[in-house]
Amino acid sequence: MADSSLPIPGALEVTSPRYSQAAILQWLNSWVTTVDHKKLGILYTLYAIFFLLVGGVEAMAIRIQLIRPNNTFLSPEVFNRLFTMHGTTMVFLVGMTFIFGFANYLIPLMIGARDMAFPRLNAFSFWVTAFGGLMIYYSFIGGYGLFGDGSAPDVGWFAYAPLTAKAFSRGHSTDFWALSLIVTGFGTVGAAINVIATILCMRCKGMTMMRLPLFAWLNFAVSGLILVTITPLTAAQIMLLVDRYLGGHFFDTQSGGSAMIWMHFFWIFGHPEVYVLVLPAFAIANEIIPVFSRKAIFGYPAMVAASMGIVFISLGVWAHHMFTIGMTSVSNAFFSLSTMLVGIPTGMKIFNWVATMWGGKLRFATPMLFCTAFLFQFLIAGLTGIMLSVVPWNWQLHNSYFVIAHFHYVLVGAIVFCIFAGLYYWYPKVTGRMMNETLGKWHFWLFLIGFHITFDIMHIPGMLGMPRSIYTYEASRGWGTLNMIVSIGGFIQAIAVLLFAFNLVWSYFYGEKAGNDPWDAWTLEWTTASPPPAYNFEDDPVVRSRRPLWDLKHTEDTDWKYE
Amino acid sequence: MVAATSWHEAAGQAVGQGPLARPSIFAPASTPAHSILALSYFVLAITAGIFLTVGGVLAYVIFRYRQRGKDDTEEPPQIYGSTQVEIAWTVVPVLIVVVLFLTTARMIFAIQDAAPPKSALNVTVVGHQYWWEFNYPELGIHAVNELHVPLSSAKDPKPTYLKLLSADVMHSFWVPQLAGKTDLIPNHPNEMWVDPLAPGMYVGQCAQFCGVEHAKMLIRVYVQSPEDFDAWVKNQQQPAVEDDSVAAGRRVYESQACVNCHTIRGTGTTGRFGPDLTHLMSRDTIAAGAVPNTPKNLRAWIENPDTFKSGSLMPAMHLTDEQLDQITAYLSTLK
Ligand code: HEM
Ligand SMILES: [Cu+2]
Repeated sequence: MADSSLPIPGALEVTSPRYSQAAILQWLNSWVTTVDHKKLGILYTLYAIFFLLVGGVEAMAIRIQLIRPNNTFLSPEVFNRLFTMHGTTMVFLVGMTFIFGFANYLIPLMIGARDMAFPRLNAFSFWVTAFGGLMIYYSFIGGYGLFGDGSAPDVGWFAYAPLTAKAFSRGHSTDFWALSLIVTGFGTVGAAINVIATILCMRCKGMTMMRLPLFAWLNFAVSGLILVTITPLTAAQIMLLVDRYLGGHFFDTQSGGSAMIWMHFFWIFGHPEVYVLVLPAFAIANEIIPVFSRKAIFGYPAMVAASMGIVFISLGVWAHHMFTIGMTSVSNAFFSLSTMLVGIPTGMKIFNWVATMWGGKLRFATPMLFCTAFLFQFLIAGLTGIMLSVVPWNWQLHNSYFVIAHFHYVLVGAIVFCIFAGLYYWYPKVTGRMMNETLGKWHFWLFLIGFHITFDIMHIPGMLGMPRSIYTYEASRGWGTLNMIVSIGGFIQAIAVLLFAFNLVWSYFYGEKAGNDPWDAWTLEWTTASPPPAYNFEDDPVVRSRRPLWDLKHTEDTDWKYE
Repeated sequence: MVAATSWHEAAGQAVGQGPLARPSIFAPASTPAHSILALSYFVLAITAGIFLTVGGVLAYVIFRYRQRGKDDTEEPPQIYGSTQVEIAWTVVPVLIVVVLFLTTARMIFAIQDAAPPKSALNVTVVGHQYWWEFNYPELGIHAVNELHVPLSSAKDPKPTYLKLLSADVMHSFWVPQLAGKTDLIPNHPNEMWVDPLAPGMYVGQCAQFCGVEHAKMLIRVYVQSPEDFDAWVKNQQQPAVEDDSVAAGRRVYESQACVNCHTIRGTGTTGRFGPDLTHLMSRDTIAAGAVPNTPKNLRAWIENPDTFKSGSLMPAMHLTDEQLDQITAYLSTLK
């Protein structure tokens, strides 16, 4: 080639200083246009952490308002928006995106694949979800100021009809709610299809379904559940928009529609949704507990069966959110039974985890601390769940603070605890550095203490007659002191989460170097470098058992002899 | 239990009333609430048993098997599972579920399918954004926000059957000491019953998020001896009292938008959107329990309902000071 004075394409970026505008743009561009499952996994996770902080600020505002009777920190309108946005944010923008963050990053690595089955669909799913999240938050500005009256949604995350009908919800807040959840729903379905296809088609040689890490199994089950349940939700939201704009009468009781049809559609989605969130939390515990107990998971086939059991039973329990709407006694009894039945597979799981720890050598590093607390808390959440399935008692406790306490035991005590565990556990793989253990322990203990102060106490006002979704109460009701304690617990949790956020950033720059396999673990992701190279594995891995790294490390006593 | 009395006293003072009962499910005062509490203790016992057993084992495992010292060379023996154990811990929960379910089902049928006896009183409850309407079809009276019911007893059962309707969105009727809650749903009438066994005032509240002022949709249930109840009924059946000294106030009421929404029997006004005011002064509170019913509060309320209940659907009336005084004087005669 002739010598040329023209710059070689791309050379500009290479030679420009590290922080030049061009370099930054290129770096941004690499994230926006990426189709690498690992980068998308990180994007999902950062997105979820961001909204966890936003939803947390909303929770704190709610708790400040309720800290004493007759408080006027928030107006009733703002309070209603905040609890609606808190619920919506936590379920759709935090819970769902954490799942896909972990699943995207880890599943291809765990099953020895180079990427997800449909990398472009993967990127599309993330950006659609992100757009949905932005849209619902835009309602804070767009709702009132620019495009009509009615700010952020204020109808509860369950958005019961007919409060969402035009007659009772003027302006566009409810439209923002429905539209943005339809949009995040597209992303969710895309991501779920991708997880299913990846697990079915991309496993490395030797990885049969019964050698799949439980993490992948549970995400597989969850993705199936998502496909079945997002459908009725999206349908209901479209019907709602038809009611509001095209004169449909599905849920508009003023013209003969039915409030109960909405409830059925919503909870056929909404109840399994709880399992959509909690099964990935189990998935994390399934990886961490064995490694830190130094034992194989106890009863792998039973764990798979129990997860599938939960998936199927969860589809038949939705009406336990509706014990007070005047169903027949036979329906009430039926849904009471189906709900109690969920206790059996979940019980099996807890027993299996305990059995995994039994006889092990438990190392209580931060991830294991979070998982252990999860076991206790999930036990309690399950038991209060059984109480709520006892229909007559439900008539008392439904829509009271007892219920809020119960489902936060699941959402925070189980799911958030496991997510923290997972973040500490896989952080070294993702960044190449360990998270700081001392800060991690502080985070754990503060969060644990704050959690229990908040949510243990919160059961009591419920039994003393305090309904949910109230922005204030009279001093004479006797709930003041309890609410004060609950709020203080909330602040302790908030401090713990800030410590965690600090740790995330600090460790990225100053954390101890991790190496490939800092926890002495057994699944395939730990064979790659930390962080893993773009194509994950230089050679396609081949496995012969559920714990390929165990086999490598214990050639004298390999797993495949026992499976 | 001890601290409880002070809440009642505080609440009682606020409305010039005797001690209030606690709005707690642990202080039942009616058959459904009693039965539910008994069932709850049974369920609590079972769940506490499970918690102690499983939690105990977990605690034991944590302490017994935590890694001691620095012997991280040797791995513990690997156990992959055990079919017998798995079967055992599936069967035991199944048995527990069977017992729980059977007890629960019996209670569901006992409460939900109890047929009203002849002696029952019927009340139609209508939930409105953010207040309650209580109609007594057999007695021909309406009450607002404060439900009066007769005392019931084993000897002389006088249960009250509530038919639950909604005028707008979903609400839920919940007075914890009397019964569990039941929703009020547009186009879908529901039913529940209470048979209060102790006289007194019981507080409850709407338990389904119903809009801006959901928090201030309180219920008071007055359980009265048969004589007191009859006296109350007699009074409610009268039309509004006429008192010439407040004729000016009455004219203000009749000439303003008040009549679009309110009824005062005897004045020919029949608005149904807001509460019936015929016997306004027989109530302890205004605005569904938001504040005590005093002339001062009434005046402030009419001047601007936002003072007590910013999301109330009653508009500020823009009256002059004089009109406000007159109408307050008039309303104060509506015993
Ligand atoms: C420190 C942590 C948190 C605190 C103090 C907190 C507090 C609260 C409170 C007080 C309510 C009741 C609002 C009401 O109905 O009056 C609430 C509702 C709710 N929370 Fe949280 N929360 C926390 C974290 C979470 C997390 C992590 C999730 C989910 C992953 C979550 C999901 C929900 C949902 C779904 C609702 C129902 C909202 C509704 O009624 O529409 N919360 N929270
Ligand atoms: Cu209500």
